[in-house]
Amino acid sequence: MARNPSSDAPNSATATAAPAPAFSGLTITQKRTIWAWGFLAIPVLFYVVIRFYPTANAMVLSFQEWNLLGERTWAGLDNYQVLFSDPVFWQVFRNTFMYLLLGTPISLVLAFIVAYHLDQVRFMHGTIRALYFVPFMTSAVAMAWVWRWFYQDVPIGLFNNALATVGIPQIDFLDSTTNALPSILAPAIWAGLGFQIIIFMAGLRAIPRSFYEAAKIDGVSTWTVLWEITLPLLRPTIVFVVVLSSIGFLRIFDHVFNMTTQNPGGPLNATKPLVLMIYQTAFDSFDMGYAAAQTVVLFVILLVVSLIQLRLLKDR
Amino acid sequence: MLKAPTPPKRRNTAQFIRWILLFGGGILMVMPLAYMISTSMKWPWEVYEIGLIPEEPTLENYTYVLEDGRFFGWFINSTIIAAITTISALFFDSLVGYTLCKFKFRGRYIVFIAILSTLMIPTEMLVIPWYMMSQSLGWLDTYWGIMFPGLMTAFGVFLMKQFFETVPDDFLEAARIDGLNEFQIWWQVAMPMVRPALAALAIFIFLGNWTAFLWPLIVTTSPDLYTLPVGLSSFGDEADVAWELIMTGAAISTLPTLVFFLIFQRFIIRGVVMAGLKG
Repeated sequence: MARNPSSDAPNSATATAAPAPAFSGLTITQKRTIWAWGFLAIPVLFYVVIRFYPTANAMVLSFQEWNLLGERTWAGLDNYQVLFSDPVFWQVFRNTFMYLLLGTPISLVLAFIVAYHLDQVRFMHGTIRALYFVPFMTSAVAMAWVWRWFYQDVPIGLFNNALATVGIPQIDFLDSTTNALPSILAPAIWAGLGFQIIIFMAGLRAIPRSFYEAAKIDGVSTWTVLWEITLPLLRPTIVFVVVLSSIGFLRIFDHVFNMTTQNPGGPLNATKPLVLMIYQTAFDSFDMGYAAAQTVVLFVILLVVSLIQLRLLKDR
Repeated sequence: MLKAPTPPKRRNTAQFIRWILLFGGGILMVMPLAYMISTSMKWPWEVYEIGLIPEEPTLENYTYVLEDGRFFGWFINSTIIAAITTISALFFDSLVGYTLCKFKFRGRYIVFIAILSTLMIPTEMLVIPWYMMSQSLGWLDTYWGIMFPGLMTAFGVFLMKQFFETVPDDFLEAARIDGLNEFQIWWQVAMPMVRPALAALAIFIFLGNWTAFLWPLIVTTSPDLYTLPVGLSSFGDEADVAWELIMTGAAISTLPTLVFFLIFQRFIIRGVVMAGLKG
């Protein structure tokens, strides 16, 4: 690991017969520039080969037809035309935004309420904070299976068993086209909540005490303090949490895939998000060009949503 | 925190209710995990009982799942892969972050912006080209194939660059006068000064790789090479009826991170805050 990136610089300089300046003859600035590019050589190569080239490749591929075995043939806008006239895509598009439009506000409000109150509690503060944070440390796949078990029908599932003991008829969680999406969303919100709470609490801590003291002297109500001082000053934190959680919900995959394995994205595509559609198009149907077009659409959606949010929340 | 000048009696009741609600919410948050662990310690005939405490707790399920061998293998795979990617990413992220922060040379701004811009590219867009690349280079179904995309992270570069700003140039200059070369200055002088940031980043990267699912699912085909999430996904599918075994598998892939959290709690939370605020 501890390679010396520019160790060959003096050698190559002295090896040439020409009176090229040896490494020791360079100015300090020149030496440091050589060191810098030496440090950056491998990482720059990595980013070009593993990030930029694949990005370009995906974009090119989205205009091509390819089944992984034959030739890559040019298809122009065909993939996009097929995609936009595919009713399944529009269903998937709607689902993806349902995850976003339900998930982000719910988790944001819950996280803020918990953080706001937890910030003012001293007794067992650390323990309570840990209780909320622990789900963040779990793997989505493992938790998808735990929740999937909760959602099973009587006599297996925990929730329906609990309902049965109080005499409420059982609820069809995962096999119903209306309930399945919220049922899958719940563990996703649950898992990310702790992270958001911690970030909100750090944001609350960063607000200078003097603002609150001034408000106290003026006799302002707690409610006014919240709306006029806390929330406006918390804006950068809110922007951060909203953008991060939106990106997370738009890219939801692990939970859906593992809670609907017999019929991924089902029932009747009611829970299928864009990433699952991409996965199936690419690795079940091997329609690589079509899948690449879907990834480009996902990329554009992520970009537009993030930019709109930054615009709306950061200015003013 | 906000001590309003209300009569102390009323304030105490309000505070008590607040505490109870918060604590209750916290208990609800850990219930899924409690049920996971409790069910993994139940005998098959007790699995569908609602009670949280098993009547006759047993580790039989763990013995069964681990003796089966596959889970143990997946556990080892996940550990090795997460460990190597974490070490590599920490090394390169901090090296690049340091270089972009402490060296003045033409092109450094472009390099920084180029690396940062990769944060905008979703992994999902890259998996198809990565798969094609892996296929033609024979990386499919290898450790290397699972690991290569994670060897460096743009987020880490950004985070480390921010933290190296706090290292005073005087220290580096002094080391330079003492005759250390630039690599030694970075490794021996600057790195020890950003240790908390390194720890925070290490936790993030390790956790991310330990729980990663989409790429390992795509790149591996032989069960021997599965990571824990991929293995659990396939296992759950075949053992669809034996919920106590699925819960055991889920517990095996979750307990290490939970134990880790309980030991390094303060540290991890501070790390999240640091990474969150700086990021």
